[in-house]
Amino acid sequence: MKNEVYIKIDNLTKTFGPVVANNNVCLEVKKGEIHALLGENGSGKSTLMNMLSGIYTPDSGSIYIKGKQVTFKTPKDSMAMGIGMIHQHFKLVEVLSAKDNIIAGQKESFFIGNKQLSQKIKNISEKYGLAVDINKKVYNMSVGEKQTVEILKVIYRGAEILILDEPTAVLTPQETEGLFNILKKMKQSGCSVIIITHKLNEVMEISDRITVLRKGETVGTVNKEDTSAAELTNLMVGKAVDLSINRVENNNNKTILDIKNLTVVDEENVKALDAISFSLSTGEILGVAGVAGSGQKELCEAIAGLYPIASGSIEYKGENIVGKNPRDIIKMGISMSFIPEDRLGMGLVASMGMVDNLILKEYQNQKGVFIEKKTARNLAEKLINKLEISTPGINHPVRQLSGGNIQKVLLGREIESNPDLLITAYPVRGLDINASYTIYDLLNEQKEKGVGILYIGEDLDVLIELCDKIMVVCNGRITGIAEASKITKEQLGLMMAGEHMEKVMGVGM
Amino acid sequence: MSLVSMITFILAGAVTAGTPLLFATLGEIITEKVGQLNLGVEGMMLIGAVIGFGAALSTGNPVIGMIAGMIAGAGGALIFAFLTITLRANQIVSGLSLTIFGTGFSSFLGQKMIGQALSDSIRNSFKPMKIPLLGDIPVIGSAFFHQNILVYAGYVAAVLMGLYMYKTRIGLNMRTVGENPGAADTAGINVTMYKYLHILLGGALSGIAGAYMSMVTVPSWQEGVTGGRGWIAVALVIFVTWNPYKAMLGSYFFGGLSILGLYLQSHVPIPQSIFDMLPYLVTIIVLIMISIKKSKENQPPKALGEPYFREER
Amino acid sequence: MFRIIKRTDLTKKQSVIFRIIAIFGALVATSIFIMLIGFNPIDVYVSMLDGSFGSTYRFKEAIIQAIPLIITSLGISVAFRMKFWNIGAEGQIIMGAFAASYFALYHSNIPTGLLLLLMFVSAAITGGIWALIPAYFKAKFGTNETLFTLMMNYIAQKFLMYLQYGPWKDPNALGAGKIALFSDNASLPKVFGIHIGWIAAIVLVILMHIFINKTKRGYEIQVIGESENTARYAGMNVKKIILSSILLSGALCGMVGMFQVSGVNHTLSYQVANGVGFTAIITTWLAGLSAPVIVVACFLFAVLQQGGTYIQTAFNIHSSVAQILQGMILFFVLGSEFFIQYKLVRNRSTEHKIGKEAA
Repeated sequence: MKNEVYIKIDNLTKTFGPVVANNNVCLEVKKGEIHALLGENGSGKSTLMNMLSGIYTPDSGSIYIKGKQVTFKTPKDSMAMGIGMIHQHFKLVEVLSAKDNIIAGQKESFFIGNKQLSQKIKNISEKYGLAVDINKKVYNMSVGEKQTVEILKVIYRGAEILILDEPTAVLTPQETEGLFNILKKMKQSGCSVIIITHKLNEVMEISDRITVLRKGETVGTVNKEDTSAAELTNLMVGKAVDLSINRVENNNNKTILDIKNLTVVDEENVKALDAISFSLSTGEILGVAGVAGSGQKELCEAIAGLYPIASGSIEYKGENIVGKNPRDIIKMGISMSFIPEDRLGMGLVASMGMVDNLILKEYQNQKGVFIEKKTARNLAEKLINKLEISTPGINHPVRQLSGGNIQKVLLGREIESNPDLLITAYPVRGLDINASYTIYDLLNEQKEKGVGILYIGEDLDVLIELCDKIMVVCNGRITGIAEASKITKEQLGLMMAGEHMEKVMGVGM
Repeated sequence: MSLVSMITFILAGAVTAGTPLLFATLGEIITEKVGQLNLGVEGMMLIGAVIGFGAALSTGNPVIGMIAGMIAGAGGALIFAFLTITLRANQIVSGLSLTIFGTGFSSFLGQKMIGQALSDSIRNSFKPMKIPLLGDIPVIGSAFFHQNILVYAGYVAAVLMGLYMYKTRIGLNMRTVGENPGAADTAGINVTMYKYLHILLGGALSGIAGAYMSMVTVPSWQEGVTGGRGWIAVALVIFVTWNPYKAMLGSYFFGGLSILGLYLQSHVPIPQSIFDMLPYLVTIIVLIMISIKKSKENQPPKALGEPYFREER
Repeated sequence: MFRIIKRTDLTKKQSVIFRIIAIFGALVATSIFIMLIGFNPIDVYVSMLDGSFGSTYRFKEAIIQAIPLIITSLGISVAFRMKFWNIGAEGQIIMGAFAASYFALYHSNIPTGLLLLLMFVSAAITGGIWALIPAYFKAKFGTNETLFTLMMNYIAQKFLMYLQYGPWKDPNALGAGKIALFSDNASLPKVFGIHIGWIAAIVLVILMHIFINKTKRGYEIQVIGESENTARYAGMNVKKIILSSILLSGALCGMVGMFQVSGVNHTLSYQVANGVGFTAIITTWLAGLSAPVIVVACFLFAVLQQGGTYIQTAFNIHSSVAQILQGMILFFVLGSEFFIQYKLVRNRSTEHKIGKEAA
């Protein structure tokens, strides 16, 4: 019965307000297969899996498990049908042992000290090669071990279908290999595995079949034997779309930012950026492409003085600014602007109005103990007119504005400080088409003025049309820096998956 | 007084004085372990003290008195639980409000009982009883095994709670809730119910602690009978790093400090107020130590004081 | 089923209405309680108001009760704005009182003006340092400040007990453990029959309002309270700002100690703070940390306390009834916060199903 269908998803649709996250998505997972779910950020992979694990309820469509139609109201219902989800952020209690984490919440024996429980866990771990010391406390574990415990936990609860959300994002290559061995063993013993990922090489290595999602719709399901990385990229990114974004020319280029061998280490002691080097000139937009979590956030924050730097140098107009905090950078007279990804949690103060947000960085230059808001009030009025910000008033909490207006406030403030260098992280995320174009125009305007812009983006079409050069990062390393006019989406896609540019440029579509 | 008999005397006194602390501490441990910081211990103790005393006085039955005090303490905790869990109110402010309410409640109900004493038969039921064999051990025997029934109940309560927390499945689920309610939720544990039940249990234990003060320690009613022991219990929880077994030792140690001055008066001129200060001082030291060591173990429950609700998208 | 979602759309007016409903609900509940103990609630309420407003003397007494509450609440509000849960105001008041008393008792020969100034400054500094100790450990090691500041209260209290029954005991008080009365030049002058603490309170409320809303530091405090990430992004020295603001928080509480010993008690006792530090936490929270609203909340509380004492004589109701009323009002107002922050909506999926069935 190798070809028995475990899960059949039929025309599932899920909307969040005006956004259609999943549109008539279909998926079929067989017993004993490893099925990869491939797609760019925002293609609807997580929404689909959250419906499968009972976190969201679909608007329409049906789910069949082993041929039986099911409706999941809570994660418990899904668990009862043998589906186990392993989230990217582990749901473990640090101070408890692996064993305690595994058995918590189960309805079994009253006492937990008995040998049978330990034996039961040991049996599972031997069966699937899940090597972990069950008495070890979670806080003493490496990321890989924690993941093993998570897998043990769901199997212990009777899961036969395992869903892993970006499981290798936090793992070292060795740990990834270990995980793949486990998954293969599970497959051999008749379990099914769904693995969400956008790493092509891993897909090609581990999966039997691959379903590709794009913009909330199923593009197709292919057998691994019948496909190639290049074809998958094609399916994933789709045909190039002409967005008609202007690319203004500015040939007055002088190096403004020069980064050499920059390395930063995150809390888990993993290198978030690994010896990256690049430079940025005035009047240039340098795009940064990469799957989420490839080091983009760390790069921005490191330049802005918000992330500790392990080694390497960041030269701004020839001056090394490593070790300087944002205050020092302002004091040095460096006019750098950073538009963070987390607009309300970092760039702005959510509960304050426009006026109070406009003085966030400027207030330190004011003399005396009192804060002067008159200029900011005028600026607020000016920005409302210039950028067509719609707000009930200049003191209305920015939290209550729409995403586009929030971004305009943030970008407006930064541009008004006349920066020479502008770092923007996902500036059009969550914005509608019109607002996005306003942002592109603003950035081009800055470029014309000679500002150097680092643009972290996710939409490859936009990157290709807007930027002069595109730098692709993968796992904290640069896989290539290309002229935007000379590269295709497919090539970028492959580079995002870790292929080096030299190799990719030969692929040619 | 010979040295041996003095030590015996101090030890026995420490155990007697430490018993109400032990009950209140166990109550607060279980409350904090499930993630709620209830600063209303003093209030719940006072509620338990007045209701317990009143019930014992009117029925003449010590058991009814204790049970009434226990239920009353849980009643106070129910207010806290409803405010902080269902209505998600700030835990600190809610706990302090409960203390204000409990203080008023006890002195209001107690006003007519001021100076009234419990009957001899009730007092007799709390007389020290010697445990055969164990009570004959020199020093230890008369200090620990020649005590009133509630002291023994304290031993049992602490051990039972330790077994419950560390050895049973519901105890494990409870700790999971206090450490990571999100993980508990996905594991199918009913977070709200666990929080409610353990807060109520904590209140009941505080109620016993209060009733002990009014019915055993001072068997006649006086206002503010708990004398700030609720706050010492909050300190004790940290001092014993949320461990019910250590709570026993800690409570008797703090209980001992509270009477040490009296015994030492004639020998060393250290005033009682200095001894009274020590519990708080050592608690601060413990608090600093655990934050410096960052040993992961012995830390406050991770989700302590934070409200939990499953976020909707 | 219902589900709970966070409100983002509530206007100031609506939130005020919710609070008024809560207080009204509390009044209904307390009325039932008063009826249960055999009195007419309206009479009792009227008489409680009479206790605070019925005569100049009573009004003054209410003001005297409100002064320490207001200033302490101001101090606490600074800490709370940065999400530093300073519940050690009680101890900070006590230590302020201790420092002021030291000068009053042992340097009473200094001329009045200078002596009062010394008392004031030393009280503020000592109160500030008492708050700074936990803040330092919080900044350095992440030590839990809630529990730390709580413990500091009792250390301060026991320390004063030691002084009161030990080295500072008035030898003339015979056996009683009492500290001597201050000489007259250590007493705060009175204006309109109330010690000048009331002027100080008004001035401090205004200053605090300006400080929070008009100064750079006030702005920084607000930003840090909202998001430390944003503060770092804007180049603020978060640790330094927190430490200095906690120093200010403790200093304000320390001042209260000085006003109490010098303006009200004219002596020091370990009960000098008398729960003000705890009550002020509640008033601060209820006032939403806003200085002007703190005045209202504290005055209401003072009226409640004062009225409680008064109904004791008027109706022979035990003064603890006032405490019960306080507690009940607090429960209601705390509970009402929920309805300000969240709203209940009918679950969409249920609606969906109902719709399907109807169709």
